[in-house]
Amino acid sequence: MAFLKAFGSYLPERVVTNDEIGARVGCDADWIRNVSGIDERRFAREDESVIDLALGAAQDCLERAKIKAADLGMILVASGSWDRQFPGPAASVANRLGLDATPSLDMPMASAGSLFGISLASRLCSSLGPILVIGAEKMSKVVEREPMERGVAILFGDGAGACLVHPSSGFARIVDCGLYSDGAYAEDLKLPFSSPLEMNGRSVILQASRKIPRAIAALLEQHRRRAADVAVFLMHQANQNLIARVAQALEVAEDKFYSNIKRFGNTSSASMLIAAAEWANANELRPGETLCFAAFGAGFHWGALLAEGSS
Amino acid sequence: MDKRTQILDIIRTVAGKDPSVAPDESLFDNGVLDSFGLQDLVTGLEKSFGVKIPDSDLTPRKFDSIERIEEYLQEHGK
Repeated sequence: MAFLKAFGSYLPERVVTNDEIGARVGCDADWIRNVSGIDERRFAREDESVIDLALGAAQDCLERAKIKAADLGMILVASGSWDRQFPGPAASVANRLGLDATPSLDMPMASAGSLFGISLASRLCSSLGPILVIGAEKMSKVVEREPMERGVAILFGDGAGACLVHPSSGFARIVDCGLYSDGAYAEDLKLPFSSPLEMNGRSVILQASRKIPRAIAALLEQHRRRAADVAVFLMHQANQNLIARVAQALEVAEDKFYSNIKRFGNTSSASMLIAAAEWANANELRPGETLCFAAFGAGFHWGALLAEGSS
Repeated sequence: MDKRTQILDIIRTVAGKDPSVAPDESLFDNGVLDSFGLQDLVTGLEKSFGVKIPDSDLTPRKFDSIERIEEYLQEHGK
């Protein structure tokens, strides 16, 4: 058994409007809004690192879970924008939390990282104890690599989200997950070490529009649930138009998919957990209600996860 | 209705306008379709021609022009 205990988030203060980013890549604010649903995003300070962002989300999550860092059995950190080949940020995040022996694992997976992290944690926590899953991204550094590309620059923002997966208690029991990967598309979305992010947007949209609803539908069917009965979908905030397509494919209202992409843009691995933290701050999952996570990202990696409100 | 007319009808429905492109011109570079329109185009082709287009065939290049769509359908017996 595994439970969702709490979420947390951290967002940098600086707001970058569509006017500001549009002026740098030659497009206007309305166009950005139309193609993505984004009005603004946050950029971290120059001296704020992926580790700083991750730490902010981790501390927020631990406070909400009322759990001390010392009680963690493992830390998983997903980040696609970390700027060093190795070591990744996980051990440093653990260190900043005051831990000197807790195993910490990096998941350099970008947008699907948090979903894979929660799934992995749900299977490991019974033997390791509470696991903190973090998604943290400083995409502004990626966006600003020259030459800036319009289709990339308008989408991304910085931020971090976290989720505490607990073996015995929490507001929702993790029911199951379905995870998938297909390396045939590895070249369609990639971030080389020092050159700009390369994205075949058409391929990403085409595949994501099909694979996300299919993953959700398969999992729901496996557990004899209907999309219409899901209380909330917490999906990677890639693009509002994609979220709308997924809702349409599942034949549910778009507002069943919690969305904050308008304010924070696409924060890659962090976005699903930032959305989850916001949703959980304002809403309550009643006993028996179903919550559904979904994500899709570079790899391609994608999947869905179901949780059910605890009694 | 011939194949090209059917394809043009689907494109017209998806794009919401007449596709004023030559058969060998890119539907995307000419602004007839965007990324999401491509998904609708593929769905429309599946319904109209009774063909199942697998994920592995979902590359934008294969559906980039009217001629390429015709070639794809022909290769799949349509």
